[in-house]
Amino acid sequence: MSKGRFGVHGGQYITETLMNAIIELEEAYNHYKNDTQFQKELSELFQNYTGRPSRLYYAEHLTKKLGGAKIYLKREDLNHTGSHKINNVLGQTLLAKKMGKTRIIAETGAGQHGVATATAAALMGMECEVFMGKEDTERQALNVYKMRLLGAKVHPVTSGTATLKDAVSETMREWANRIDDTYYVLGSVMGPHPFPTIVRDFQSVISKEIKQQMLEKENRLPDVVLACVGGGSNAMGAFYHFIEDTSVKLIGCEAAGKGVHTAETAATIATGRLGIFHGMKSYFCQDNYGQIAPVYSISAGLDYPGIGPEHAWLYDTGRAEYVPITDEEAVEAFEYLSCVEGIIPALESAHAVAHAMKIAPNMDKNKIIVINLSGRGDKDCVSVAKYRGENINE
Amino acid sequence: MSNIKKVFEKGKTLIPFITCGDPSIAITEELIYTMQKTGTDFIILGIPFSDPTAESDVVQSANLRALTNGITTDKIFDMVSKIRQNTNITIAFMTYANVVFSYGSEKFISKSAELGIDGLIITDLPFEEKIEFLPLCKEYDINLISLIAPTDSQRISMIAKQADGFIYCVSSSGVMGTNSHIITDISDIIALIKESQNIPCVIASGTATPQQAAEIAKQADGMIIDSAIVEICEKYGNDCVKYVQEYIQEMKQSISK
Repeated sequence: MSKGRFGVHGGQYITETLMNAIIELEEAYNHYKNDTQFQKELSELFQNYTGRPSRLYYAEHLTKKLGGAKIYLKREDLNHTGSHKINNVLGQTLLAKKMGKTRIIAETGAGQHGVATATAAALMGMECEVFMGKEDTERQALNVYKMRLLGAKVHPVTSGTATLKDAVSETMREWANRIDDTYYVLGSVMGPHPFPTIVRDFQSVISKEIKQQMLEKENRLPDVVLACVGGGSNAMGAFYHFIEDTSVKLIGCEAAGKGVHTAETAATIATGRLGIFHGMKSYFCQDNYGQIAPVYSISAGLDYPGIGPEHAWLYDTGRAEYVPITDEEAVEAFEYLSCVEGIIPALESAHAVAHAMKIAPNMDKNKIIVINLSGRGDKDCVSVAKYRGENINE
Repeated sequence: MSNIKKVFEKGKTLIPFITCGDPSIAITEELIYTMQKTGTDFIILGIPFSDPTAESDVVQSANLRALTNGITTDKIFDMVSKIRQNTNITIAFMTYANVVFSYGSEKFISKSAELGIDGLIITDLPFEEKIEFLPLCKEYDINLISLIAPTDSQRISMIAKQADGFIYCVSSSGVMGTNSHIITDISDIIALIKESQNIPCVIASGTATPQQAAEIAKQADGMIIDSAIVEICEKYGNDCVKYVQEYIQEMKQSISK
């Protein structure tokens, strides 16, 4: 079996033209992940630039209102640039710099990963180009402006469905065309090996901190860890250090869009099947002939037809559970958390909040749920207002 | 000896690439007959994929046009089965891993063998992942074609030694050769391949002119023309057949000079 496998999933299903770059990346990562100087620099950036450790906040009002399990929020939304994306981006950009690359490229859906990448590029003095589906550039004009403000060039992608999956394809093409000076900062725990491992390692700081903070606050491990899943980077980060602790239930919340029985969904585990795409074997939304399905979710960050290979494996082994959450449920949770705790969650993260709202009331008061609040919701106010039939100017 | 190797015994080989179902499966069928009329011995039939990550804009659009027109793997199998009553032309399928995997790898490969398909080229299948389809290809006697791009000499030899049928050489603009151990010159790559195994080497070229074809023919055993034909299909739609024929004839003359 080839490298980078999680059960049958993962691997390196890419064109021969990308193999040099992938081999170079793997060698560099294997070297730097154990390099104390690299880890020291990254840890300083995490503390002083991102603002880590992020808080583990006891959501007392939410807990009381739901009347069941005790709920904690892991506040990744308080990170610099407003989401967990910065963890991975700082790690990979630092790696790119150590490798002697001068230019970084990235795909982005809603623009969160693009903004984080443009931020890291500005910080570390690298050239940056971001590929974003044309439709997304129109829906997320503010993020496009931010990326340009940070000095990045944004390329609207018009191929295919002009959304996230096409942005990934286009960034892969660009990488194959210019490998010498360019590093591809992939934004999720997906793609060919070693990306799923690299991104998971940089995001695993989330579960490392949760574990430590939970022991300090409660002197025990949580019973449930909840996170939303598109490609699955924030969930992988929040799950990783709990995989061995089998008493901790891990639940990933997928975007069901308008429902898993409609075509307008992005719930890969609920509706997809095993396939090979974007460099990996995993579960994908696809038709009978293996054509990748156009997917839909109100949340652009979960609007991806696949799931990272390690999640696919956690699902196969039963270690993690994956549940679909509809647009309507996510929007309700978005509004509920805003009112109850004064915290506006990203629509992506609201999928995890929605599931907590379903399960917490049925759990004992001595049980503990941690929700990974992966991002803040400022970016989503316009689309939620629109969903509720209100038109506001950005 | 495989049919593919036999083709190259006749000399420099021009291998046209057609995206099945663009502009329609009926035209694809006509194009195959036309290719044969021009004396073409070997063609590559592309099975469209929704997300052809490695393709140029031209080929990407052709894939999407064909899928929008309702082409499916089964319709392509039916078409090949039909033309097989009239032609023995050597055919390789070219597609992406998910098209084969999702159909059921064994079902796809055994069906291809039944239809007299001689080769299978999977764009997103590097050496490291060959095992995914190689045992089935061996079982059903189909050559799983290896691709080689500019890389170091060790990798070139590693791939070449285990390659079947012919080697698909890809020139890549991504590697500028600042990395000293990467071999970018196509003649050097081919020389290294031949040291490892005496196997036909074919260069893939996009929008090739007859002059370029003549130049490539000097270096390799053959050339694949992909986007040039796809562009003609895009430009002329249902009237493309005669223009493709003219183009192939011109190219064939230039490589046999």
